[in-house]
Amino acid sequence: MTGAQILIESLKREGVAVIFGYPGGQVLPLFDKLYDANFNFILVRHEQGAAHAADGYSRATGKVGVCIATSGPGATNLVTGIATAFMDSIPMVAITGQVKTTLIGNDAFQEADITGITRPITKHNFLVKDIKDLARIVKEAFYIASTGRPGPVLIDVPLDIQQQEAEFIWPETVEIRSYKPTLFGHPGQIKKAAKLISQAKKPIIYAGGGIISSGATLFLRELAEKIQAPVTWTLMGIGAFPATHKLSLGMLGMHGTAFANHAITDADLIIAVGARFDDRVTGRLDAFAPKSKVIHIDIDPSSISKNFRVDVPIVGDAKNILGELLEQIKKSPDTSSWIKEVEALKKKHPLKYKDGEKIKPQYVIEQIDEVTKGEAIITTEVGQNQMWAAQWYKYNHPRTFISSGGLGTMGFGFPAAMGAKMGLPERMVFDIAGDGSIQMNIQELATCVCNKIHVKIAILNNGYLGMVRQWQELFYKRRYSHTCISGPDFVKLAESFGAVGIRVTKKEDVRKAIEKAISIDNTVLIDFHIEPEENVYPMVPAGSAINNMISGLA
Amino acid sequence: MRHTISVLVENKFGVLARIAGLFSARGYNIASLAVSETLDPSISYMTIVVEAKDEKILEQIMKQLNKLIDVITVTDFTKKEHVERELVLVKVDYSAKEKAKLEAILQKYVGKIVQHKDDTAVIEAVGKEQQIKQLLESLRQFGVKELIRTGKIAIEY
Ligand SMILES: Cc1ncc(C[n+]2csc(CCOP(=O)(O)OP(=O)(O)O)c2C)c(N)n1
Ligand SMILES: [Mg+2]
Repeated sequence: MTGAQILIESLKREGVAVIFGYPGGQVLPLFDKLYDANFNFILVRHEQGAAHAADGYSRATGKVGVCIATSGPGATNLVTGIATAFMDSIPMVAITGQVKTTLIGNDAFQEADITGITRPITKHNFLVKDIKDLARIVKEAFYIASTGRPGPVLIDVPLDIQQQEAEFIWPETVEIRSYKPTLFGHPGQIKKAAKLISQAKKPIIYAGGGIISSGATLFLRELAEKIQAPVTWTLMGIGAFPATHKLSLGMLGMHGTAFANHAITDADLIIAVGARFDDRVTGRLDAFAPKSKVIHIDIDPSSISKNFRVDVPIVGDAKNILGELLEQIKKSPDTSSWIKEVEALKKKHPLKYKDGEKIKPQYVIEQIDEVTKGEAIITTEVGQNQMWAAQWYKYNHPRTFISSGGLGTMGFGFPAAMGAKMGLPERMVFDIAGDGSIQMNIQELATCVCNKIHVKIAILNNGYLGMVRQWQELFYKRRYSHTCISGPDFVKLAESFGAVGIRVTKKEDVRKAIEKAISIDNTVLIDFHIEPEENVYPMVPAGSAINNMISGLA
Repeated sequence: MRHTISVLVENKFGVLARIAGLFSARGYNIASLAVSETLDPSISYMTIVVEAKDEKILEQIMKQLNKLIDVITVTDFTKKEHVERELVLVKVDYSAKEKAKLEAILQKYVGKIVQHKDDTAVIEAVGKEQQIKQLLESLRQFGVKELIRTGKIAIEY
């Protein structure tokens, strides 16, 4: 087989069905073989779109997403997408073409040191120097991407390696002596955690994306119900616990619910699972959960006590550990008065917004929630749209909220929606977008229309780079430096791509537009003209304690 | 505080860049770094001396090193019985009037003259951190023209 065939055969063995990519000179041999292969290959319009789509595919399905680009500019166009996946621990394999091995290092045409460039933003990467290593590298890449703390892996394949011939030998097992992720929690530590839990009076569960990637949602729910602890979550943890559950507190942190932030401040035990005490969550560190003991469960030892103190660290897979923990908790704590306290906090500081004449973004999202019965997959761009989508849609299932948390990449949501829809074609997929962000990967409309990937885009069009404008309003004396942004006529734009565009300027048309968009068998973009200077509240100003929120509704 | 860390890694291209990148990306400073093959040619051995303000930073360094796929083991020698050495080469003034004085000093401290020509001598010294430090301090008066050191290597016992 040629290297290109080995690569394709290896991807097949890994069960790859969908590939997002873009051709070029240094992947010609590979694309020649792809011509006959049975993958569902989606030709994107920009390599960044391919990376985000592979990422979205992975977030929606739990499988490893795959993208392919040529060397040089193709590879560098993947970089933002790889970094996005890396920051959110998303399993993905990116394959790039490279100049011939004999030309590497010569500043050859379209040469970029992509393994060098992506070293800090991949879990691992490979430059294939010998065709005999190729099949094993693919096997290892998928293994590394999907085990332990997941992440993107890049394989750089020089042109001549794609052309050379070798026997195809598929390694059935992987053995990497230097890579042995810890899967099971230390039994002693789990016992200690169980004891702390039994003694707690005010426990709170703080759930992160690790719950979702390990598939631990049912155990999480069982734990919360067993010990009667309220549950709050991070942006990445949305969907880890049903939003409509009575123990649910919603998201915490900078734009979290006030009651979640107050509750964690008052708690005497935090059970952190698959979360990493990010600065957007903790606010000012010395004021975060001052009265609390901390149990921290995480697959990545380096996440533990990186940002915040810990009393009982447990390294391992969340699902395994929660399962063990459930067995070890012999006596559930009595939290009835704590639950009453939390209920009172919920009543006192509800999540709310002031409705008005104009279209409020929160209202749009509530309507999307109602119309889709909370069963859609929501992807988001970045900015206010993202926070409103996090706050106002009720996510009851894992993998239904897809958003760039760690890197905060504008332009992520739309291609990610495309990837999610490719993974789960029967599901309704909405990208909740900002008018700024959507312009960053709008070219993928062509991909969607051409491949009949019928996602729906809801632009919350405020005419601003709204989140930045909000900070300028609150902290820079309303000096709106370069945040007023114009866009195209989105309806015409959608039409020019062969998609459908709907403009909504009146509140009473919001619901009809959503229903119409869903009923149309095409990619549909709805341009909601919303209140231009609406802000996201509550908000914890950067550097403040998280229970010190501004509500904006005074 | 300075810590001596030993790292066993896969002997592959790019591994050193991964390690160096880890330090630079997180703003940790490498005081010295020595790399070589081990008895098993598929494994390389690195001795890294790092400056870590506190235990927490050291813990992060160790954990981050461990997280690299190509890293096999990481050991902090500070808490372990070990032998450590460094080799230095120093070029000093060896003029007639300094000769006797220099030789007297070399009697006292680690170090010997391995080569000399005209008015210049090259001194070689192998020793522990403290010994090397003492030697270099006492050589200062001779006008050190050039100095080169390997960085520390260490072995557990
Ligand atoms: C690629 C990228 N560039 C810049 C930023 C900084 N940034 C964060 S939010 C934001 C504004 C986003 O505007 P829009 O998409 O219209 O969303 P809105 O906040 O108005 O809902 C910007 C510029 C970013 N997150 N990503
Ligand atoms: Mg906007």
